[in-house]
Amino acid sequence: MPEKKIRVLIAKPGLDGHDRGAKVIARALRDAGMEVIYTGLRQTPEMIASAAVQEDVNVIGLSILSGAHNTICPQIMKLLHEKGMDDVTVLVGGIIPEADIPALKQAGIAEIFLPGTSTQSIVDFIQKKHAA
Amino acid sequence: MSDHRNTKIPAKVVPQAPDRKPSPEARAWEVRTLGPALVNSPERQKEFTTISGHPIRLLYTEADLANWDAKSQLAHPGEPPYTRGIHATMHRGRLWTMRQFAGFGTAEDTNERFRYLLTHGQTGLSTAFDLPTLMGYDSDHPLSEGEVGKCGVAISSLADMEVLFDQIPLSEVTTSMTINSPAPVIWAMYLAVAEKQGAEWKKISGTLQNDILKEYIAQKEYIYPPEPSMRLVVDTFEFAVKHTPKFNPISISGYHIREAGSTAIQELAFTLRDGMEYIEWALRRGLQIDDFAPQLSFFFNAHSDFFEEIAKYRAARRIWYKAMTERYGAKNPRSCALRFHTQTAGCSLTAQQPFNNVVRTALQALSAVLGGTQSLHTNSLDEAWALPTEFAATIALRTQQIIAHETGVTNTVDPLAGSYFVESLTNEVEAGAWDYIKKIDAMGGMVTAIERSYPQREIAEASYRYQQSLDKKEKIMVGVNDFISEEKPLEILQIDETVAHRQAARLKKLRAERSQSEVDRTLVALKRAAESYHKSTPSPSSSKEGLSHQNLMPHIYDAVKSYATLGEICDAMRVVFGTYEETAVT
Repeated sequence: MPEKKIRVLIAKPGLDGHDRGAKVIARALRDAGMEVIYTGLRQTPEMIASAAVQEDVNVIGLSILSGAHNTICPQIMKLLHEKGMDDVTVLVGGIIPEADIPALKQAGIAEIFLPGTSTQSIVDFIQKKHAA
Repeated sequence: MSDHRNTKIPAKVVPQAPDRKPSPEARAWEVRTLGPALVNSPERQKEFTTISGHPIRLLYTEADLANWDAKSQLAHPGEPPYTRGIHATMHRGRLWTMRQFAGFGTAEDTNERFRYLLTHGQTGLSTAFDLPTLMGYDSDHPLSEGEVGKCGVAISSLADMEVLFDQIPLSEVTTSMTINSPAPVIWAMYLAVAEKQGAEWKKISGTLQNDILKEYIAQKEYIYPPEPSMRLVVDTFEFAVKHTPKFNPISISGYHIREAGSTAIQELAFTLRDGMEYIEWALRRGLQIDDFAPQLSFFFNAHSDFFEEIAKYRAARRIWYKAMTERYGAKNPRSCALRFHTQTAGCSLTAQQPFNNVVRTALQALSAVLGGTQSLHTNSLDEAWALPTEFAATIALRTQQIIAHETGVTNTVDPLAGSYFVESLTNEVEAGAWDYIKKIDAMGGMVTAIERSYPQREIAEASYRYQQSLDKKEKIMVGVNDFISEEKPLEILQIDETVAHRQAARLKKLRAERSQSEVDRTLVALKRAAESYHKSTPSPSSSKEGLSHQNLMPHIYDAVKSYATLGEICDAMRVVFGTYEETAVT
């Protein structure tokens, strides 16, 4: 039986359109053998949580550069919990001040990847988390 | 002494173009000196490329300029093809405008920063708007939650704009506004403030970004589909020609294309082809090329590859001159001379060891100055983390002042002209850009190319290639994939949610105090005009104000003056034009 691929949803919440990072990550995870779904731009928390359920993903990668993370992330985590998606790994990539990181982790974000992170370290993190 | 006469030079070190013919002296040097040197100390890398991946040779000589004609390709500053700059005296006559992009929080917060920058020697204003404003939503719209005042200043109505420019005489400063899809609305607000201050429209000057094509290509802050968006842009051109001859209604921007991960050649090609697209749409409306083309301005990125950037600016002027004269038959020299603003590359800033960003920015700014820029924004050291603090923004401004007043690079015009390398690279960048421009022509123009995701795909490819080269350490970013060290966190500017609350309260008050019937009347009139405009085909017929009958600017101006909000005005057009959703390319 072929090994089951890790399924990842890459999403861009909020009004920001800077999608360079989201696209690079989507492609790097795909090249690493994962199944990647990219939501496109300007997804509301509700749209992201629904897509996660529908696509039955193991991982959600949120790309946020606008400074709206403190508002958006807790909303998404709450909706995921309501939909019974507590075992999904939620990652955030983007411009996140260090002072905001503890609260985001408290809200259930598994890891925050700051500018300058190599794509390999994100691949490694996901693979380690979802090994076997 | 070793016998080096038989030493073979590795061929790849000096790649030979088929038509490149080094002189006998150069060949002798290769055998006599280069060969042994390569044996004794081999080169550090297998190949040398620019940050865009463009190959660079070990040495450039007259052989690289064999087909180059200084008379026609270089000429003199202030004269075609403007390779050496658009003014005869360049920065000896007048320094570039030091124009720092600023905007955060409420209009009061940004007004204070503007006045701070002006008192510290800044010579022009540049306004950053927050994401709700950029997307045409009021601060109290549900989609604005968490975004108000974060990436720029929140402007929801003329009332906010009055505060933004309070005590700033619009007849004296030039103002750049980074706004695209809602540009006609924000511009109308600016014009209304000018009118209230008693500043004559004919005399005010500044620049509206208003470049929707690069939004579809790169930055993705669009509202309406391309067709009505392009018509709105042409409306602003027509209005500017008629009413504000010193205002640039557009800043055709490569900056965001580069930030999205393009190469230098792609930035140049897509930007100039965007410019040609605007021209073609305006000509179809019936505008005359030499009436509006002098008011078109450009905006480029200053990335880290020093000479590639300089070559890009020089090639830009040459391509534009050629396109304007040969394609569009422009006769007015001002139509053919490409004027541009530059901003240093935000994407080159590192979150790690952020003080290094001061150095990066200085070098990038220097390339823009040597490339003949008309105005410049230098990024602040903390911008990989947040909007800049006053401390960081001041260093960024001082960086420009040091280049202008201490380095001596402004003492002469185009000091790099005639360099074998710079002239060769200028030629190569120009040729590469023309290849792209011709490809897009063959597709039927930029709007079609965008609908086919062509530029989007080219940029995504380039940005992925660059990321891979970083991951493999083929390219080095200091402090990121090499030379890493421990550091203390930086003090950064935090925008809290009280901004959103203050904005919401102000909007509530505005809606209660304004004349609702006047707002309704102007919005209905705008909607009707948009409807007839949407159905009609562009035609040169004009109304009594001298604008085409379908021009929406006068209707938008009326709505703004009635204190209809940005969201209400954009909604009136959303209903008619619809909204755009892209096909995402990953």
